[in-house]
Amino acid sequence: MELLSGGEMIARALEDEGVEYVFGYPGGAVLHIYDALFKDCKVPHILVRHEQAATHAADAYARATGKPGVVLVTSGPGATNAITGIATAYMDSIPMVVLSGQVQSHLIGEDAFQETDMVGISRPIVKHSFMVKRAEDIPGIIKKAFHIAATGRPGPVVIDIPKDVTRPDEKFEYSYPESVKLRSYSPAQRGHNGQIKKATRMLLGAKRPVIYSGGGVILGEASDLLTRLAHELNYPVTNTLMGLGAFPGSDRQFLGMLGMHGFYEANMAMHHADVILAVGARFDDRVTNTVSKFCPSAKIIHIDIDPTSISKTVQADIPIVGPVHSVLTEMLAQIGQMRAKDADLPDTAALERWWQQIDEWRAAHGLFTGRRYRESEQIMPQQVIESLYRATNGNAYVTSDVGQHQMFAAQYYRFDKPRRWINSGGLGTMGFGLPAAIGVKLAFPDADVACVTGEGSIQMNIQELSTATHYKTPVKIINLRNNYLGMVKQWQDMQYEGRYSEVTYADSLPDFVKLMEAYGHVGIQVTRLEDLDAAMEETFALKDRTVFLDVLIDNMEHVYPMHIAPNGSMKDMWLSKNERT
Amino acid sequence: MRRILSMLLENEPGALSRVVGLFSQRGYNIETLNVAATDDPTLSRLTLTTKGDDLHIEQVTKQLNKLVDVVKVVDLTEGAHVERDLMLIKVRATGAARDEIKRTTDIFRGQIVDVGPNVFTIQLVGTSDKLDAFVAAMVDVDILEVVRSGVAGISRGEKVLSL
Ligand SMILES: Cc1ncc(C[n+]2csc(CCOP(=O)(O)OP(=O)(O)O)c2C)c(N)n1
Repeated sequence: MELLSGGEMIARALEDEGVEYVFGYPGGAVLHIYDALFKDCKVPHILVRHEQAATHAADAYARATGKPGVVLVTSGPGATNAITGIATAYMDSIPMVVLSGQVQSHLIGEDAFQETDMVGISRPIVKHSFMVKRAEDIPGIIKKAFHIAATGRPGPVVIDIPKDVTRPDEKFEYSYPESVKLRSYSPAQRGHNGQIKKATRMLLGAKRPVIYSGGGVILGEASDLLTRLAHELNYPVTNTLMGLGAFPGSDRQFLGMLGMHGFYEANMAMHHADVILAVGARFDDRVTNTVSKFCPSAKIIHIDIDPTSISKTVQADIPIVGPVHSVLTEMLAQIGQMRAKDADLPDTAALERWWQQIDEWRAAHGLFTGRRYRESEQIMPQQVIESLYRATNGNAYVTSDVGQHQMFAAQYYRFDKPRRWINSGGLGTMGFGLPAAIGVKLAFPDADVACVTGEGSIQMNIQELSTATHYKTPVKIINLRNNYLGMVKQWQDMQYEGRYSEVTYADSLPDFVKLMEAYGHVGIQVTRLEDLDAAMEETFALKDRTVFLDVLIDNMEHVYPMHIAPNGSMKDMWLSKNERT
Repeated sequence: MRRILSMLLENEPGALSRVVGLFSQRGYNIETLNVAATDDPTLSRLTLTTKGDDLHIEQVTKQLNKLVDVVKVVDLTEGAHVERDLMLIKVRATGAARDEIKRTTDIFRGQIVDVGPNVFTIQLVGTSDKLDAFVAAMVDVDILEVVRSGVAGISRGEKVLSL
């Protein structure tokens, strides 16, 4: 058997695990590992400009490909800089393995230089973590980490590695395990058959059904099955922010996103539904509005791989714990059998009335029936997303930051495929978009990758423009420039009588065009609607350049619909500044 | 309602902090906590008491099960069980009070495990209620120190918590 040092074992294990990229940043505690990467490792390392960006890039790589993202950072500040990105991945259940350096074992606990208790600090935001005690354990721990990160409900796993276990002069026998067995970790392999039968019966008996699907359908690779099920029954579908793309956004049966900034018809349909099939979704507070008023007449079927997601906030009538893929397969089979026996299922007359009602809602306030945003002298943010949609034929990978631009992108870019919409939904991390775009572009060099951002968010990780230069990752940054922390301003408009406390920096913004040039990229500014489409076309025509399209937009626009809170239900929404349900 | 959750935990560094951290992170309360090695060196047994309705306890149990270091969890209060809490209590014992304290200790089936010219240390084992009652009975006595182990518990009959 081959003899390797701890550092070499890490490099080799990453190869053996089939890792495509490591995103990282070196430092004292990981020098042995970096030396091993340098000497002999087939896995390319992407040197970011800040460890937070390494985590976001790895996370987005995982979101786009379905494979775990891998991060390597040093101890102390390297590790703490990674925390925001780990929390971001945790909240959205993204598979990721983070290798963090640690001070030498004998110094742990002594407040040594660059010591921080990474296992402790990251504990509430990881699926699991390991502290390596002996070099011999490295292959086994890495294997376990990837297994835990990627199976069940995915999530980030931290491996904290004291420097001495990676030292080059101590060699050990290396072999990478083929499989793992963990007695205390066994995610459900399939749903309970009886429950699935009961659920199918309830679903087929529905008169006003809605399928409410979340990020779990994408993570569980069940988009095709969900789409088939919805088409077979002609039931309406709504997606959460994390679930966009799981069902084709341009499909007639798609009601749009639901929740706080969800579509009118989606929120109305949810509120009036008699049966809700929740798949891989978690009844998050940004979806439900006031829980006690949530969907008063609905029976709820809830499918999720994670039992803690079920009946956590909203009580499920029929819970099904299992991988969405296997449960939906089983459910489709059940539907086939039940309908073979009773051709009148589901109740088509009731369904027709339901669709009529939905179409009325859609006609009244749907975002795509007529123009739903204000007339303005200036470019409206929605028009930018529509232009982006046209220029990319709806096929781009779209990453985003957090704020109004994120919601406009979610509403107006109709994602037809899963894993195309890459955003921080659970944690809402500004600064996610640009490193995420780089991570996606590395995974899919030939695809169009756009980062929809605001001038607030982009500045949180703008240093990554340098990483984009370094690795020639020609991403397109679409800046919806309103010169405000727009989403915060919106809340101040609506709840604080327009007292704009600390939400502008208009006079101190950089000249983004010049800034881009300084990094060797291209900057384009657009101020007039008539120039927008041409500039957008040009942005994507510059195939091998990173382009920053700085679009000056109307700075008074709000995102609508918006749930009325506190104490509102799903159907209580602001539809514009002075119009409410 | 008061519940006794008992679990087998991987005997790994950090395992205990994951359990305790889960409670503070999610705003659950822990009233007592007891943890020690078992006959299997790879496992520890952790028993805690908490309060909550069925839904809450169901969520807590599911969250505990989700921790990779937690191998198995049971709610002992769901069935017949034996529970014990151990208390060491040091009291001032002088003059006539010495007899009085001794008598009360006997009534509660406690033992005086350490005697000094002015103090007794009493050991008492039982349910938490019994220990509370003993402390209450010590109204006129100067209590110097109280240590309790927290509840440890086990199901009655054939039912076992094992791998
Ligand atoms: C790291 C971080 N800090 C603060 C916030 C709170 N926050 C949410 S949206 C927002 C404003 C974002 O402004 P900008 O990026 O310009 O986007 P806009 O809303 O104007 O489109 C802020 C500050 C956050 N989500 N993330």
